[in-house]
Amino acid sequence: MTSAAHAAHEPLIRVIKRGEVPSTRRKIAVRLAAIALALVIDALFIYFVTGLNPLSVYGVMIGGTFSTSMRFSWAMRDLASLLLIGIALAPAFKMRFWNIGAEGQVLMGALATAAVMVNLGGRVSSWLLFAAMLAASILAGALWGFIPAWFKARFGTNETLFTLMMNYVAIQIVACCVNIWRGQASGLGKLNMKTKAGWFPQLFGQRYTINLIVVVVLMVLVFCYLRYSKQGYEIAVVGESENTARYAGINVGRVIIRTMILSGALCGLTGFLIVGGRDQTISTGTAGGNGFTAIIVAWLAKFNTFTMALISFLLIFLEKGAAEIASAYNLNDYASDIIAGIILFCILGSEFFINYKVVLRGHHKEVR
Amino acid sequence: MDTLIAWILRAIPFGTIIMYGALGEIITEKSGNLNLGVPGIMYLGGFAGFASAYIYENTAANPNMVFCVALALVCAFLAAMLGGLIYSFLTISLRANQNVTGLALTTFGMGVANFFGVYILNGRTATQSLVYKTFQTKLPVLSGMGVFGQTVFGYGFMVYAAIVLAFVLHFFLNRTRAGLNLRAIGESPATADAAGVSVTRYKYLATCLGAGISGLGGVYYVLDYNQGIWATTGQIEALGWLAVALVIFTTWKPLAAIWGSYLFGLLYWLYQFLPTLLGISVPGYVTDLIQMVPYVVTIVVLVVTSLRKKREDQPPASLGLAYFREER
Amino acid sequence: MENAIELRHITKTFGSVTANRDVTMSVRKGEILSLLGENGSGKTTLMNMISGIYYPDGGEILVGGKLVEIRSPKDAYALSIGMVHQHFKLIDVFTAVENIALVMDKHEKYDLKAIREKARAICEKYAFDIDLDQKVYEMSVSQKQTLEIIKMLYRGAQILILDEPTAVLTPQETERLFAVMRNMKHDGKSIIIITHKLHEVLEISDRVAILRKGEYAGTVDTAEATEASLTELMVGKKVELNIERPEPVNRHLRLSVHNLSVTNAEGVKVLDSVSFEAFSGEILGIAGVSGNGQKELLEAIAGLQNADAGSSVVYFPDDDRDSTAEQLIGKTPRDIRNMGVHLSFVPEDRLGMGLVGSMGMVDNMMLKSYGAGRSPIADRRAPRHLAEEIKEELAVVTPSISTPVSRLSGGNVQKVLVGREIAASPSVLMTAYAVRGLDINTSYTIYHLLNEQKKKGVSIIYVGEDLDVLIDLCDRILVLCGGRNNGVVDGRKTNKEEVGLLMTRLQEKGGAA
Repeated sequence: MTSAAHAAHEPLIRVIKRGEVPSTRRKIAVRLAAIALALVIDALFIYFVTGLNPLSVYGVMIGGTFSTSMRFSWAMRDLASLLLIGIALAPAFKMRFWNIGAEGQVLMGALATAAVMVNLGGRVSSWLLFAAMLAASILAGALWGFIPAWFKARFGTNETLFTLMMNYVAIQIVACCVNIWRGQASGLGKLNMKTKAGWFPQLFGQRYTINLIVVVVLMVLVFCYLRYSKQGYEIAVVGESENTARYAGINVGRVIIRTMILSGALCGLTGFLIVGGRDQTISTGTAGGNGFTAIIVAWLAKFNTFTMALISFLLIFLEKGAAEIASAYNLNDYASDIIAGIILFCILGSEFFINYKVVLRGHHKEVR
Repeated sequence: MDTLIAWILRAIPFGTIIMYGALGEIITEKSGNLNLGVPGIMYLGGFAGFASAYIYENTAANPNMVFCVALALVCAFLAAMLGGLIYSFLTISLRANQNVTGLALTTFGMGVANFFGVYILNGRTATQSLVYKTFQTKLPVLSGMGVFGQTVFGYGFMVYAAIVLAFVLHFFLNRTRAGLNLRAIGESPATADAAGVSVTRYKYLATCLGAGISGLGGVYYVLDYNQGIWATTGQIEALGWLAVALVIFTTWKPLAAIWGSYLFGLLYWLYQFLPTLLGISVPGYVTDLIQMVPYVVTIVVLVVTSLRKKREDQPPASLGLAYFREER
Repeated sequence: MENAIELRHITKTFGSVTANRDVTMSVRKGEILSLLGENGSGKTTLMNMISGIYYPDGGEILVGGKLVEIRSPKDAYALSIGMVHQHFKLIDVFTAVENIALVMDKHEKYDLKAIREKARAICEKYAFDIDLDQKVYEMSVSQKQTLEIIKMLYRGAQILILDEPTAVLTPQETERLFAVMRNMKHDGKSIIIITHKLHEVLEISDRVAILRKGEYAGTVDTAEATEASLTELMVGKKVELNIERPEPVNRHLRLSVHNLSVTNAEGVKVLDSVSFEAFSGEILGIAGVSGNGQKELLEAIAGLQNADAGSSVVYFPDDDRDSTAEQLIGKTPRDIRNMGVHLSFVPEDRLGMGLVGSMGMVDNMMLKSYGAGRSPIADRRAPRHLAEEIKEELAVVTPSISTPVSRLSGGNVQKVLVGREIAASPSVLMTAYAVRGLDINTSYTIYHLLNEQKKKGVSIIYVGEDLDVLIDLCDRILVLCGGRNNGVVDGRKTNKEEVGLLMTRLQEKGGAA
């Protein structure tokens, strides 16, 4: 038979794993292409739904973050929350422990903070109060991380589903406490409205300075922890292969529990920053879905906390931009979920083109 | 007694919502895909069903309500399938991480439903489609037969459709070749592949059809349970996660989803009826704690199955993993 | 005779590794063809292309004289080709019947009862003893293999490929399998059996096709072949190993293993009261058909495997027997290290246990030593140094010392692993299949490294599969069979027949030397 007939029988598309290590340039190029593609899809979406010129819409979007210093401050505030949860998740995910429970861990930290504010506010010195809020939030978050980790280490219980359920347990506990605290009032309102006990002070004329400083410090610390510390090394080994970890003399269960306590504690700390430094109150929506979005942030950044900052900023920028479009064009800010969703889909899908290549029929590479 | 009846009348429709969600997710997970986009998919289904019915009602001169019901169901199914298709393409063809893709789909589905929902709401906080009356039509004679008729036959047709669907899926998984192939893929795609089963096609089909079924839960919620009212709330998201929990609770068995979902319904409404049943009054904050019972029960089930290690109760062995034939 | 399958110029590469290059060979109708080759010679890859698991990068396949495309296992079935893989393709939670139903023809009606009847008929024809309603996870290895063969016969396979079917079988089970194969041959089926056991090749096959480093090295009629001629074809030239074997110096007791037993998760005693002694300055070989307790033996000594009660492994740091002897059983790898015992271990699964595939050489160097010192920061200077050194001295081919080791070729991966383990200046060095899949040159590098260690007074335990190497390299050889110590022989005095016999025939209990 001829080779043409041969080619006709070959599968139309074949996928081959790339042998070589993908270069940094290729990684960046593929991701930029993905974002560009997403922006084109989003532009089409905007055009067909609203009939508006996508370019001018994108122009307005930029204003969502940058038009006024207030807006920028808000964007930074939200960036801080999202990024810190991403940072908190990094150790767990690097260990290949699917901690879907950040939402709950943040809530528990926030709840502990609020509880301290309600019960100790005005009775102790403000430094002691802050210390107590901090300690309580970290403990509460750590506990919420420890429980699924213990079961995983001891019995191999599926952590994805366990941590997911823990979110809802936390939500109900928060709902219960809010219910108690609000008494007959319709809502909880700001805690310690009169005394402002436990409210973060303004620094450098900005309300959210403390939150930002904490996040930047932790970004560097967790980056170093993962990259340079012995514990970070253990996390990487456990994440890669439990067998290798045992061979190396690493107590796998202990590392899992320790890392999840850390991850949960950092989530709890986020709750502390949100309640003390941002909301001054608590509700079941305090984590605001950031616990889930942060998973995407951590995953896409491949657990590099600096890359997380970039991705978090991109997402926050979109969210703010969409809100801006909404008010400018009389749309609604759910557009940000759609736009973010499309961008996430494109970036997620683009990973494939970094690690694999597609061979079309007839494009034979003769290996002789 | 009246309280008990009222409780059941609440629990069964509630259970039906998550039963659809869970049945769809069982089929999806049997193919090895852990789709955490269920809430988003239920949003897509719920909104598409509502929007199609609402637009048809308000544009047709003489709206035919039976046609309207069919239209809503088909649109819901298709929209939800579209969500499943996005997920399938990313995770199966492009081998993106399943958990992350699912979460992104939840964001996306919620965004789409609420974004377009605002157009229909047009400034109001809620709108109602009248097709809910058709959805809620009860069996004329049987539902009137006392307490029994009320609790057993007193629901709209989708409650019974869900039960039938559970049996159909049970039959499909355990008595048909396609079901056998699907289960094999969830356990070991390499084995199924070597047996000549088209892994990719099955995964696509199972995930898309599963998403469609989950989407029916969304439309049932809006057009029957919620009396045809569309409002921008986070309620469907919570229901979606509950459906994911139910899948674990049933240990991936469609028939168990029937009683499991009703049990979840009873547990969910426990806070409202338990105090009356016991003749005590309970402060509001306790009801919040009672509402967490379904989740705690799910955690207990998860722990117990991981303790017992009974092979038949474990998640599909390849759940969450992408498959590449030439992997070495 | 007519050809059942013909391969023409088949080539397959994985990344930079060429698994098969320009292979042209054929299988006749109604014959048993042995496909012979060393580990890593590309036998399984070649067969996987016939069964549709892999798709060739180049070349043609003809079945029954017609050019075909085998894009998936389904295509293979349609051409009546069936393969029993080394790792069984069975669904654990399914029954035997359900597993059979999984592979049946699309046009056949799905009726488990009818399938059971038809399968039963096949069982009767070939005298298979199997419960068709049993779940696979309750079956023994040989039952699973039987089920795989039934599956293929049910599917109407006329060309049956068996990938190392005897590796997991007892001699009796092997005999039974061979009887079945002869029966199938009489039915006119073609059978390809992959193996590297020469006596089996000679016993069962009509012809032998030989692969060498992924290339076709020729086909011979079994009647005209001898072990020597086959070996020559397999390795390319007469095996003149010429491995150096220095006399042990300063030999004294290092490890005393007594009554070591290991029971696995399924409750099977995989290691049964094994006792032996290992001495400094000597290489103790461990021979045996793979899966006879070698893995468990090494892992139990290394603290990676729980040993049954009554097991004992005592370590002696110097020739004074009583003063500082240490019991190793019940200790974790870290405990053992903290006791000051320098135990190095080159495990069989290099990338799944000995190394972290996604890390570079530097990070892999510190796998066992990262914890040293009080600082919470991991020191990477020493490992970097070591990585440079090993790269230089063992000529590791890698773009850089930070390239993930999973990207390196098998031989280079092994150099990294062995290099690290030797650098830890061990007093006991255990290696499992240290040269598996390695080319001749790298293998000799490894032998040389082991001998260097031996001269330094290290007690070496060498688990191997190549008898020629074991006999030429080791001072003493312990043979494992069915998880028991089936005898210890002197490497200088023994021969292949003696060791081979010990590997396959269990002596009376207490036959240990």
